[in-house]
Amino acid sequence: MTSRSYLDFNATAPTRPEVIDAVAEAMREGGNASSVHADGRAARARVEKARQHVATLVGADATGVIFTGSGTESNNQALRCDNIERIIVSAVEHESVLQARPDAVVCPVTPEGLVDLDALARLLEESEKSTMVSIMLANNETGIVQPVAEATQLAHNAGALFHCDAVQAAGKIPVDMKALGVDSMALSAHKIGGPQGVGALICKTPSMMPRFVHGGGQESGLRAGTENVPGIVGYGVAAECALAGLNDFGALANLRDALEEHVLAIEPSAVIFGKGLDRLPNTSKFATKGLTSEVQVMGLDLDGASISAGSACSAGRVETPYVLAAMGIPDEIGLCAVRISLGWTTTPADIDGFIAGWQKLHDRKLGKS
Amino acid sequence: MNTLVTNKAPADTRIVVAMSGGVDSSVTAALLAEQGYDVVGVTLQLYDHGAAVSRKGACCAGQDIADAGRVAESIGIPHYVLNYESRFREEVIDVFADAYVRGETPIPCVLCNQTVKFRDLLGVAHDLGADALATGHYIRRVETEGGVELHRAADESKDQSYFLFATTGEQLDYLRFPLGELTKDETRKLASRFDLPVAAKPDSQDICFVPQGRYADVVLKIRPDAAKAGDIVDLDGNVLGQHDGIIHYTIGQRRGLHLDAAEEALYVIRIDPDAKQVIVGPREALAITTVHLNNVNWLGGDITVGKVIECEVKVRSMRPPVVASVRLTGDGAATVDLAAAEHGVAPGQACVFYDGERVLGGGWIQREKSAIEAA
Repeated sequence: MTSRSYLDFNATAPTRPEVIDAVAEAMREGGNASSVHADGRAARARVEKARQHVATLVGADATGVIFTGSGTESNNQALRCDNIERIIVSAVEHESVLQARPDAVVCPVTPEGLVDLDALARLLEESEKSTMVSIMLANNETGIVQPVAEATQLAHNAGALFHCDAVQAAGKIPVDMKALGVDSMALSAHKIGGPQGVGALICKTPSMMPRFVHGGGQESGLRAGTENVPGIVGYGVAAECALAGLNDFGALANLRDALEEHVLAIEPSAVIFGKGLDRLPNTSKFATKGLTSEVQVMGLDLDGASISAGSACSAGRVETPYVLAAMGIPDEIGLCAVRISLGWTTTPADIDGFIAGWQKLHDRKLGKS
Repeated sequence: MNTLVTNKAPADTRIVVAMSGGVDSSVTAALLAEQGYDVVGVTLQLYDHGAAVSRKGACCAGQDIADAGRVAESIGIPHYVLNYESRFREEVIDVFADAYVRGETPIPCVLCNQTVKFRDLLGVAHDLGADALATGHYIRRVETEGGVELHRAADESKDQSYFLFATTGEQLDYLRFPLGELTKDETRKLASRFDLPVAAKPDSQDICFVPQGRYADVVLKIRPDAAKAGDIVDLDGNVLGQHDGIIHYTIGQRRGLHLDAAEEALYVIRIDPDAKQVIVGPREALAITTVHLNNVNWLGGDITVGKVIECEVKVRSMRPPVVASVRLTGDGAATVDLAAAEHGVAPGQACVFYDGERVLGGGWIQREKSAIEAA
């Protein structure tokens, strides 16, 4: 039995051992971060240290970091910002943005998958209402990096606020919240090897946010409830590791590109989305006509490789994933797309394992090329 | 020993099992896993289970998908859910509704087997490199020197051959039915022995996507204009009463006609969708001795058009087989002459041919005039 190839980091990353140790240690230490005694103060110190690490990861001020239960919660909450009458989202946002504001105006993307900035400018001009724009930094399915700095500039020129879902980008590429200029940003711990169930919403001006949860004064009074200290500590360590490992993460592009070359060698008609664009170095989304997404995911799973048909959140559908549909990809291609996402555990052997399994599926269905 | 696929060790033999979440397919998967096969469980999500989540006794609803997952977990096999909702809607539910609108009595289970199960799921099993697709149907697949044959289940009370007549020879080559030799009782005992989470689950009864057997509700939801009222007439065309839509009637039906004037017992003899008429008459008028079929599937080996085959046929799932002669007339059609008249032969139902235990095939019953009407 060979070992499995885990190639689904955009769904969740394996927890880093440093994180596991830190979480275990925090659980042993205990303490309520709101207590006045020494145990409480120690827990508080651990939380604040983690807050600093998360802020540093994306070039933000620690005072703006609000810990949440997930990236989804962070996105939901950002879009509930006070005094906003109109929301503009890109067509390729995550479900946690799209579902949070079904009333949002949708800004299209180009066939390449980039937010159409001309369209955004027109949408911003169309209305005098107080507006917030929500555009992700990197797409979870294709890995395509969006022109967030330019979009933020457009939004601000029009007097609009800007929220950025950076769940897939933070810890994978350098992110500088101040340079981007965004007003708020959503992050998640488990995408970078931290614990599941921890996220962060970073706000330039936290006082603009309504309360998420009522009760005690935790998280600047916005999110009541005893902090998930072990989870937050784990997130801090994961952020620290991710920042230190950004160069290594960038080098994953070599493995990713090699994988794509293998795929194209086996099937020259394979379509690779976002190739040549600024993409997350770990993400490959490609489609092979005639080889359905479901068969690829199942067949590779049985062969020991974990990949995804799309966002884990939307798996189980039969229509073309909306991210590809927004790029104008027809069903015959869209229903045959899979996502491979690499990370800190990935080795060339994982790529070889994937390619061996994929070639078997390919040859069985489409014949040897 | 590999009893399913020859020339291969069980561990090297991949079998995809269609798991509905019910007892039968769960035992099928558990049996094959115990025998050492490389078993892969697949459950089809066939319709929006929101409305049917809490239903007992039908396959494939949301709870059943979860049950299939729990069973797979308990026997230690991989399990996947394929979302076939849209094609099931198009190829089974819509076709079912349209058949009622045409005054026919459809059998959606056959369509389901013909499309999503033995075409699409079978294709996926092929793509996954499986050697066979196994289901929990009560039917037997018998390998002989002359080829693979389809036989009735050992447990006559559970026999599902009527619903599987349309299985093609090519499909039959690839299919396996490990429960065909078992009684339901034995299956239940196996479920207990395997300690399956569904061991005590009730059997499925009705059509999976029809809640509480109220098929007319489903038809009306899909074809809202199908509930046009019309006349109930006798064989001579005299109006005896009114009905609120032909979809509420099936050939041979006696109850629910609400005809005050009728002194003798009256049955639905025929349904005329164009005139929106339900034609009623005495039981004798139901008698049919000749049945015309189309889309015949022949599993009885080499045959020439025009040759008459003496066999037994079933014209409804719950009827015992009766002696008949079948003559294939080309283009997938056949004429069946029944040795004794059958009552309540409904267009849209299947006529399935048997040679003793063996299933020779079958076809779809076309609209007829009864013997009395034709006279």
